[in-house]
Amino acid sequence: MVRRARTIGVRRWLPPLAILCALLGAWELAARLDVLADALHIEPFLVPAPSDIAQSLWSDRSLLADNGWVTLKEVLFGFALSVAAGVGFAVALHLSPTLRRAVYPLLVASQTVPIVVVAPILVVWLGFGIGPKLAIIALICFFPITVNTLDGLGSVDPDLLKMMRTLDASRWQTLRRIEAPGALPYFFSGAKIAVAVAVIGAVFGEWAGSSSGLGHLIQAASAQLQTARTFAAVVVLSALAILLFALLAALERRVAWWGPNGTRA
Amino acid sequence: MRTSSEAPVAEPQSPQKGIARSPGGNGQVAGGPAGAAVRIGGLGHGFGDLRVIRRLDLAVEPGEVLGVVGPSGCGKSTLLELIGGLREPDGGSIEVDGEGSPASRLGRCAYMPQRDLLLPWLAAIDNAALALRNRGASRAEARRHAHPLFERFGLAGFERSRPGELSGGMRQRVAFLRTLLAGKPVLLLDEPFASLDAITRAEMQEWLAAALAAESRTAILVTHDVEEALYLSDRVAVLSARPAQLVDELAAPSPRSLPRLAAVTAPEFTAARERALEALTKGMR
Repeated sequence: MVRRARTIGVRRWLPPLAILCALLGAWELAARLDVLADALHIEPFLVPAPSDIAQSLWSDRSLLADNGWVTLKEVLFGFALSVAAGVGFAVALHLSPTLRRAVYPLLVASQTVPIVVVAPILVVWLGFGIGPKLAIIALICFFPITVNTLDGLGSVDPDLLKMMRTLDASRWQTLRRIEAPGALPYFFSGAKIAVAVAVIGAVFGEWAGSSSGLGHLIQAASAQLQTARTFAAVVVLSALAILLFALLAALERRVAWWGPNGTRA
Repeated sequence: MRTSSEAPVAEPQSPQKGIARSPGGNGQVAGGPAGAAVRIGGLGHGFGDLRVIRRLDLAVEPGEVLGVVGPSGCGKSTLLELIGGLREPDGGSIEVDGEGSPASRLGRCAYMPQRDLLLPWLAAIDNAALALRNRGASRAEARRHAHPLFERFGLAGFERSRPGELSGGMRQRVAFLRTLLAGKPVLLLDEPFASLDAITRAEMQEWLAAALAAESRTAILVTHDVEEALYLSDRVAVLSARPAQLVDELAAPSPRSLPRLAAVTAPEFTAARERALEALTKGMR
């Protein structure tokens, strides 16, 4: 039984892994033969091969780890903030249709302001600490959570709501027992999107004003033309995002087990 | 909601055998409330310009089962919502147990929707005991109250099953238990077997007949199936197409007192069915 599960897992990851290896192999070859550098008319060392990146990952490991930890903290706190704001908005807008009509368009508008513009302003207001990063992450990440959770809360069958009224349920009980659990799979959809985008938000925040973090490292390294280190930092960022996404997906499988991504109906 | 595609679900013992008659001679369920009378006078209702119910006068005695038959879209479900206090009628009056306000009607009626709508994250027994939990009972207390009903209605052993593991017929039974456990004197059943296949439906009708026979509550059963109404109800009201009006009212021959096959093949039944179908056709013109 265990053997079979493991085989299935391997067979699932093999195709994308194979494609990835093929791409990396082609990249390595092209870099070794200076193909890309010649085509772009730049120095070869500016186009790092995967092996160079791998080497930087190892030799710069303490630098990457320290800065990675800084960015991770920003992402985790910022994400927690966006969950609180996102769910808060969703519940408030769900309970009050008038509030929804008034506020929802404003929430959508909030997403149209370019983060590149907002970030430096937040740094001016909130300083160089973790504050502006949290604000930026919350700003971009609350929205998918609100939209999805609000849809989820409204997805309950109206017949079920009618029935609950005749079963002596108060508004709060209906929300707690029926609507909230029903919205959970939807919430996770939004949260997974949010956590992936949160990493980008952290980078923007660091670019606007920071002395540490992977975003700051990328800025510094690319300014010093240390391309391998730049790529290495990007790899760590991606790994972070993938890890957080996978953790949320695993949590979803346990908590919202009856949903489309759950363990069983 | 996803239905299970796992290994076949074991059906419990035959539905009719599953209903145990509680000691009490005429089959009264110990602890179930007595039925309330429902009086509908000059009822009219519409949504905007659409008139759904024209003028309806109906009376249901305490403990009686009234079947309401009518073509699709004629306003049968709206009628149940109005009776149950979920909606206020445009005109006319509805009284349940002598009380006319929507809050008191809501407090006296339990509504069973067309699909079972069991919560997939709760076990069957927790689904059934929902009303008790809403009234403040703890989970253990609520389960204790619900447990004997599972035995009595042929669902013994399935208390902890999730809805996804139950067949359609069993889910409807749990949904019916949920309606019963609300402890209201009036049951409003909205086409309870519409989502089941014909064979399961026949089984479930027998099951419900026994369940209603053991109850002293009033029940109003809405269905598009004339046979079902005649078999399960004491009286059947036939409604016209929208806007709904009463076309005919007839007494059901030997309701719930015979096994289904014997009941639906009896000559009085055939006569009643013909009369009801005639009324139905007349009302659709």
